[in-house]
Amino acid sequence: MAEPWEDDELEGPVRKFMYVNRRAPYGTIYALESLEVVLIAAAFEQDVTLVFMDDGVYQIKKDQNTDAIGVKNFSPTYRALEGYDVEKLYVEKESLASRGLTTDDLIVPVQLVDKDQLAQLMEEQEVILSF
Amino acid sequence: MPMLHTVNKSPFERRTLDTALRHAVKGAAILLIEDGVYAAFDGTVVAEKVKAALADHKIYVLGPDVAARGMSEHHVIEGIGVVDYGGFVDLVTEYDKVQSWL
Amino acid sequence: MKLSVLVNEGPYQHQSADSAIQFTKAALERGHEIFRVFFYHDGVNNGTRFAVPPQDDRNITQEWTALAKEHGLDLVVCIAAAQRRGILDENEAKRQGKDGNNIADGFRISGLGQLIEAGIQSDRMVIFGD
Repeated sequence: MAEPWEDDELEGPVRKFMYVNRRAPYGTIYALESLEVVLIAAAFEQDVTLVFMDDGVYQIKKDQNTDAIGVKNFSPTYRALEGYDVEKLYVEKESLASRGLTTDDLIVPVQLVDKDQLAQLMEEQEVILSF
Repeated sequence: MPMLHTVNKSPFERRTLDTALRHAVKGAAILLIEDGVYAAFDGTVVAEKVKAALADHKIYVLGPDVAARGMSEHHVIEGIGVVDYGGFVDLVTEYDKVQSWL
Repeated sequence: MKLSVLVNEGPYQHQSADSAIQFTKAALERGHEIFRVFFYHDGVNNGTRFAVPPQDDRNITQEWTALAKEHGLDLVVCIAAAQRRGILDENEAKRQGKDGNNIADGFRISGLGQLIEAGIQSDRMVIFGD
């Protein structure tokens, strides 16, 4: 049986959506619920770009183990995004470097962009959802 | 037109204003709302940074949030525009899109 | 222009719901269309009719309801976020086997797809949150 939230049928142009993730996971729910938006959005076949910047880079840190905090580890879901045709994942270089991380620390392959490239990328979007 | 960036955090507690300024292209506008309005005043430790940003950006502050906080529009840094909610709406429609830096 | 508003915080805790209401009113006064107001994260708490703020305080939920009545606003509460936080309409209460519902007049519960649709259909999306 279809869940009510699966009933949405849409027509319209493909728009360029950017999801900007700026918060660390677990401390607040924003990271998890923004990931839920991205998963639903994938079904709408829009042009989706994901950005991880500021503490958002911690969302895709490898080796998350939440066993002892009683919260579900949702980081494996980022690896599933490719299966939803969400393939444009960008990480801001400065955010990563200032936190002492490199792309080797991340659970998914990403494209690194510097702050100016990111600013340009944002300008190219039609809808920006920032969490 | 480039985009409108909104900032709603105090610059003394959070780095949201810095993040917005770092990612605003020349010609993009900044609107300070809620606790973000505290960045708009002269005589603070962030005032010089905000004045420097005026070279590349139009900066606006939401008047109702200024008044609510007991701050004076007279002390708003010269060059920053004070708008009401109608002005907020106008900025949203005037610029191509809105990035809300929460 | 066609505008949509996303509210990401609950009422009272943060100014965002108040800002969203003032913005929405101003947009309507300017003659713009509000395509949808979507409530996400703790923003879903805007939609409970069970909140009883002190009498000398504003009633944010009632302000939304009044705006919805007057202007036919589409106030949509995200179902996934609402389920986590105990915001239910009649159908959901029944589906989940709960003994009552608490959704306020003028609000409806629906999926995140409604947010994406708002992004597709609107000229601008403005987000209020923490």
